[in-house]
Amino acid sequence: MSTPQFRRPRWIRTSHLDPADADLRLLERLRSGDEEAFVTLVGRHHDSMLRLARTFVHSHAVAEEVVQETWLGVLRGIDRFEGRSSLRTWLLAILVNRARSTGTREARSFPSDTALAAVDPSRFDASGAWSAPPQPWSEAVEERLGAASLRDEILAALTGMPERQRAVVMLRDVDGLRSDEVCQVLALTPANERVLLHRGRSRLRQALETRIEATA
Amino acid sequence: MSLLRPAEIPCQEVVELVTDYLEGALSRRDRRRFEHHLAGCPHCTAYLQQMRETLRLTGELVPEDLSPEMQREFGEIYARWREERGAD
Repeated sequence: MSTPQFRRPRWIRTSHLDPADADLRLLERLRSGDEEAFVTLVGRHHDSMLRLARTFVHSHAVAEEVVQETWLGVLRGIDRFEGRSSLRTWLLAILVNRARSTGTREARSFPSDTALAAVDPSRFDASGAWSAPPQPWSEAVEERLGAASLRDEILAALTGMPERQRAVVMLRDVDGLRSDEVCQVLALTPANERVLLHRGRSRLRQALETRIEATA
Repeated sequence: MSLLRPAEIPCQEVVELVTDYLEGALSRRDRRRFEHHLAGCPHCTAYLQQMRETLRLTGELVPEDLSPEMQREFGEIYARWREERGAD
């Protein structure tokens, strides 16, 4: 999306704070009726929220609606937030609830998760040792292929993932949430979270390997 | 089997442990076996390296910006909430 960049008001300085502390400070200001604080908070979390919403619903427009509904829900529930989890975790959990109900209404069908093995079993011999081992990626791979093309490859692989797998990878590896936060947001057990993460990451690696070897 | 020498795990099993390894979720014993295998296996070492590289690239996905239209809509959301609050 090549829209103009969202500008944060300069006088809300939060860059020197830990992100979670900065959020709490903004939340305090919001509670006391500071609209700029709201806009800043939205800007800080919008991207994560939109991407996560996109994993549940069919279109970008619907995802934007889900994000807006979430913020309205957040504002309405603002006095109930007690700070037991981080604000981000709380926001994303609300978003998941909204997105799930919307996504179910849309009855989107997802490709089934057939690739259970991290690596195609035909690449190992009978003893389980590599018969078609991975080749080390040269340092120059990014320069040679271009960051944009690798990015497209990752996005395509993400798009092809089943919903929960994609949501876990987005939250853990794109947004950088801790795994316990991912579990909280998506209501998963740690073991389940790791299984989904493992399948998703394995798939991303495979997609990149295929792309890199095709141009070697 | 000696107590000091970890049992061998095959490569096909190693690749399934990579995420637990990177997430720090392996038991001490499994972690030792995993690292022992890597020390003697350039292929699995390359695999782990590729996985780390994959994670680095995935972490670099560029954020989407808030469109002016969205900014306006968020302004409206805020105004709506203020009104509700004022009406309490």
